[in-house]
Amino acid sequence: MPTKKDDVYGDHISNKFNDELMELKTEFLEMGGMVESQVENAIQALMDGDGHLAEEIRAKDKRVDQMEMAIDEEATLIIARRQPTARDLRLVISVIKMVADLERVGDEAKKIAKLAIKLSEEGQAPRGYVEVRHISTHVLSMLHDALDAFARLDSEQALRIMKEDKRVDEEYQAAARTLLTFMMEDTRNISRCMSVMWVLRALERVGDHACNIAENVIFMVKGEDVRHTSVEEAERVVGR
Amino acid sequence: MNSMNQSITNEVPSEEEAAAGVAESQPTDTVIEEGKTVGKPFADNAKFSLRDVEVFYGESRAIKKISLDIARNQVIAFIGPSGCGKSTFLRCLNRMNDSIDICKVKGSLKLDGQDIYDPKRDVVELRARVGMVFQKPNPFPKSIYDNVAYGPRIHGLANRKADLDEIVENSLRKAGLWEEVKDRLEATATGMSGGQQQRLCIARAIAVNPEVVLMDEPCSALDPIATAKVEELIAELSESYTIVIVTHSMQQAARVSHRTAYFHLGHLVEVNETKKVFTAPEHELTESYITGRFG
Repeated sequence: MPTKKDDVYGDHISNKFNDELMELKTEFLEMGGMVESQVENAIQALMDGDGHLAEEIRAKDKRVDQMEMAIDEEATLIIARRQPTARDLRLVISVIKMVADLERVGDEAKKIAKLAIKLSEEGQAPRGYVEVRHISTHVLSMLHDALDAFARLDSEQALRIMKEDKRVDEEYQAAARTLLTFMMEDTRNISRCMSVMWVLRALERVGDHACNIAENVIFMVKGEDVRHTSVEEAERVVGR
Repeated sequence: MNSMNQSITNEVPSEEEAAAGVAESQPTDTVIEEGKTVGKPFADNAKFSLRDVEVFYGESRAIKKISLDIARNQVIAFIGPSGCGKSTFLRCLNRMNDSIDICKVKGSLKLDGQDIYDPKRDVVELRARVGMVFQKPNPFPKSIYDNVAYGPRIHGLANRKADLDEIVENSLRKAGLWEEVKDRLEATATGMSGGQQQRLCIARAIAVNPEVVLMDEPCSALDPIATAKVEELIAELSESYTIVIVTHSMQQAARVSHRTAYFHLGHLVEVNETKKVFTAPEHELTESYITGRFG
């Protein structure tokens, strides 16, 4: 957690304003940590066939939703009270957007948990779990790094995450092809493989959300919107 | 006209002390290079072209080599902490500083390519072209009608009563005041509310058909509703006038202006499109000021 002293949002004349922005950042990172562990646990539940853990994840998603609303309210109040400008404004606007990404990541975790329950009930030998393990490790590190880039205002790290997203997409395509092969080998595999495919799809989406967060971090730090632009353009902005 | 200038000048709070003063609690580790302004200080369709402008109050230099273009039919906002020189600079634009003996202006200041400080220049004519509205509404202790008719009368803009009536009505309409006062034009202006008085002063300024209107914190003495009306008026006027506004309200600058100029200790630190200044300013000092880190 950033401390007040070294934080670029902590040097306003109004200490109350400093506290409000700090609170917003801290709550966002807290929510980030929570959804990170939700995804981690969902994958764990899937691997271990742990239905109990999967149920816990589904229940905890309500808490994630509540945090989203609380952070949105906090951000709205800051706008109403402080009329933030420049970097403060960019922080508040970015948090409002990124919080929606985090909430969606939470939903993906819930989706994976649901599929974990379904797959554990079917109780057959896992297929495609190697791919799931591989992609989940990748997107979880992206999510972690995106939150870290936010905490440290590190636009270069954010740029690296944007580049990673392409690799996740490729890995997802490759994994989908592998699963397709399993399905063609034996049609009895189809239902189970489809479930695993949905898990992969959910993980790929987590990567997209991490990438969105990274784009917002670049906006926060550099003041330029790099969404829907090329990687070269984002490189130019970050290199400024 | 002279008496009018005098009465107006007297309303202006003295700038000397402010100029000699220092902005409060500013960061000390940022060095400003003299004459260096980040962003886009120059414009293609310049109404005012100002180069290397310096203003001295006796020994003290209140404005330090500022170069700036003010674009035609645009609103430019001057912002900055107290004592940064924004009002001093504004008052160079129609030579309001002339009335302060110790004040000297150097550099090139041109309005439509012509030197504002040319000794042969008719200052009264200049001030008719470059009107001014002040912080505190300062109507003359006359009727509403006479306040607006004063300028056109002394400039001989109307030969007949009917022409004068028309100018008064048009000016009051442009100032968004006509509907409120049309039935009591002979009432004394000092009996109006603050917001009405300020809009009357704007009507008075535009009655002589100026090309530029300078506004020195025009809303700082007004309530939010009157402020909103004046801001609305600024937006409408900008279609036909060039407007320069000094304001302490950052939100006001963000709302009404096309470009924003940030002043600091007599330097012009940054000029950019307003939307850029308030979302992603280029200079660290601009950022610190508009986000409430000092000032």
